[in-house]
Amino acid sequence: MRHSKKVNHLGRQAGHRKLMLANMAASLIKSKKINTTVAKAKALKKYVEPLITKSKTDSTHSRRIVFGYLQDKEAVKELFGDVASKIMDRPGGYTRILKTGNRLGDNAEMCLIELVDYNQNYNGTAAPAKKKSRRGSSKKKADSASDATIVEDSSTEEKAPKAKKSTKDKKED
Amino acid sequence: MAHPKRRHSTQRRDKRRTHYKAVAPTISSCSNCGATVQLHRVCGECGYYKGKQAIEKTVAA
Ligand SMILES: [Zn+2]
Repeated sequence: MRHSKKVNHLGRQAGHRKLMLANMAASLIKSKKINTTVAKAKALKKYVEPLITKSKTDSTHSRRIVFGYLQDKEAVKELFGDVASKIMDRPGGYTRILKTGNRLGDNAEMCLIELVDYNQNYNGTAAPAKKKSRRGSSKKKADSASDATIVEDSSTEEKAPKAKKSTKDKKED
Repeated sequence: MAHPKRRHSTQRRDKRRTHYKAVAPTISSCSNCGATVQLHRVCGECGYYKGKQAIEKTVAA
């Protein structure tokens, strides 16, 4: 029975597992996102999120506690500096796991784990106008917006910039 | 310790295995580029997930 067996051993013994998670946590803090397997990402999430919460109180004591886990001076510096200032008003849930398909070779389920506050594209209000060209069938917002612009362009090509300006104003309202 | 009394016949083994079935993955199309995408996965073509740019992809053309 697997009743209340919460820790995924990841096929490693305790020391190996701890060191791997420490290395992964340091990498995540330093580079903000890492590619790994889903199982490791989920284990890492449980490992690193309490450390990030710890970084909200910047004291020598909490720094030493975190260093005890990470064993990486640069990562601790980054965590209590840049990362802490970004995540300060987020009540937990600092990481995001995005599944990206299966790995060639062993068909392992891969994912991207990242610090939520460092992905500017994905976070709610950031940049509604996307730079990429939409090729396929797009539903929802894209249809109405693109339809409107098409109509304006066909009616008067000369006034196109003016018309676009008006639509922009509307959007801002 | 308990031991098997009789060898299981191939028929018995194969009958047991009739319930081992491969399951086809649920497939959808990307809302951004229309490529075929497995559900709950980031689009491998354009990096979109749930209608938003999740992963930066360098566009080939
Ligand atoms: Zn796509």
